[in-house]
Amino acid sequence: MPAMVSSMSQQPTQQAFNPYTENGGTILAIAGADFSVIAGDTRQSEGYSIQTRYAPKVFKLTDKAVLAVNGFAADGNMFVKKVRQRLEWYRHAHAKDMPIRAIARLIQTMLYARRFFPYYVYNILGGIEEDGTGAVYSFDPVGSYEREACRAAGAAQALVQPFLDNQIYFKNQTPAPGSSFPKHLPLTSVLPLVIDSFTSATERHIEVGDGLEIYVVLAKNSTALQSLQSLRGAQEVTTTADGERVFVIRRDLKKD
Amino acid sequence: MDHFPTNWGRPRNDAFDAYGTYPIHQRPQNTPKDKFSDGVQRTQQPIVTGTSVLAIKYKDGIMMSADNLASYGSLARFKDIQRLHPVGNNTVIGASGDMSDFQYIQTLLNEIIIDEFTSQDGHSLGPAEIHEYLSQVLYARRSNMNPLWNSLLVGGVRDGKSFLAYVDLLGTTYSASTIATGYGAYIAQPLLRDAVEGREDTLTEEQAADILENCMRVLYYRDARSLDKYQIAKVTEAGVIISESKHLKSSWSFAEGIRGYGAQIQ
Repeated sequence: MPAMVSSMSQQPTQQAFNPYTENGGTILAIAGADFSVIAGDTRQSEGYSIQTRYAPKVFKLTDKAVLAVNGFAADGNMFVKKVRQRLEWYRHAHAKDMPIRAIARLIQTMLYARRFFPYYVYNILGGIEEDGTGAVYSFDPVGSYEREACRAAGAAQALVQPFLDNQIYFKNQTPAPGSSFPKHLPLTSVLPLVIDSFTSATERHIEVGDGLEIYVVLAKNSTALQSLQSLRGAQEVTTTADGERVFVIRRDLKKD
Repeated sequence: MDHFPTNWGRPRNDAFDAYGTYPIHQRPQNTPKDKFSDGVQRTQQPIVTGTSVLAIKYKDGIMMSADNLASYGSLARFKDIQRLHPVGNNTVIGASGDMSDFQYIQTLLNEIIIDEFTSQDGHSLGPAEIHEYLSQVLYARRSNMNPLWNSLLVGGVRDGKSFLAYVDLLGTTYSASTIATGYGAYIAQPLLRDAVEGREDTLTEEQAADILENCMRVLYYRDARSLDKYQIAKVTEAGVIISESKHLKSSWSFAEGIRGYGAQIQ
């Protein structure tokens, strides 16, 4: 009998509404000495279903900053929308584009503002710093961030990041006697690394594939310009009066 | 500006209470609260539901289909419900999920269409705008933990460009040349992709209707919450046309020959 009394006073248990989901995909960014590469695949999925083969995850924010978002797609799109709105307000107030280190701090504040109902999104921001160097900033969903030379995030982070550590940071490699590893790689070596990262991730991860979108941001007088102009399918997005240029390269990935 | 110092965080110096945060005041309750607010239930699950909606792009625009059933759990409760709804002159939406939430969405859309019309400024809402509006409404509702429990397809043609996109209770959006909601995402979507991808600009109206009819039939055979009565909407440059209810021809005679499970003896 006591069991019955206690069960009557209990509230019925309900399955609470889950406001989040995961939409797969992977993003990565690599900083060079005077350029930055930001890339993402274009598949959007939920569970085992492919929702669409083309949903961009990489967005140009200013003429020298590009943001890649990965995680819960609805949060990602809303977050990009809000960041762009803040950048527009900045432009109206100061008659210039916000510098990338300031965008990075802005993103931290905006993410942390939602600390207790987070945007379920991993952000990677790439572009050109005010001093003309290539920059990559990576964030966690609640705003912790740091500037790095390279970062992968998303479904295939565990596949891509170790590869990048080895090929960009030369981890677990020893230089030939009397020589040392370069601090930054040229664009001609970075682009094949990016493409190979995504073809490999597509082979081994079911949530990665369909299409690849690579943004390349060049600092003014960047030496990487020549190699880009001879590249198949490289398409210029914007040029600033200062000389920064943004290109986009689209490639197919396997669709299975 | 927040005028309540306790909401500002801790003062820098614990020994000196610069903001006078002691004694702690009562925080104001700004949200509406009354005797009934504890009793208000938010949508935790859909009740009267519609099943799959299918849509494809074809030569002249987009075509969408949904059956006429609104289920109450496993009970086929309402068998003459229209789940395709025209919005303005260039758009149709199709709804699966909770039908009462869908009716509420219909009233919302009606309101914005009237607002836009009354301003008489030469503008009207196209499919892209309707989809953006719906995605913002559904995302805002999920963010308030009070979702509108639907998966919606929005299709239309505007200025010679066809538009087809999805939005659901989480605010997730995407567009593609073939989209299916619910069970259709598993059963019809592969068939649709096979028939449509790469042929969006050549498929004729008859071909598109055949593809959808075939998929509706496959769904009727496999989806226990479906009905053999359905409608097709087509949106072209000329406008929206939603068909009368059509009947799906199906044959169950094969069932007599099935052996191995069920009540029959070998």
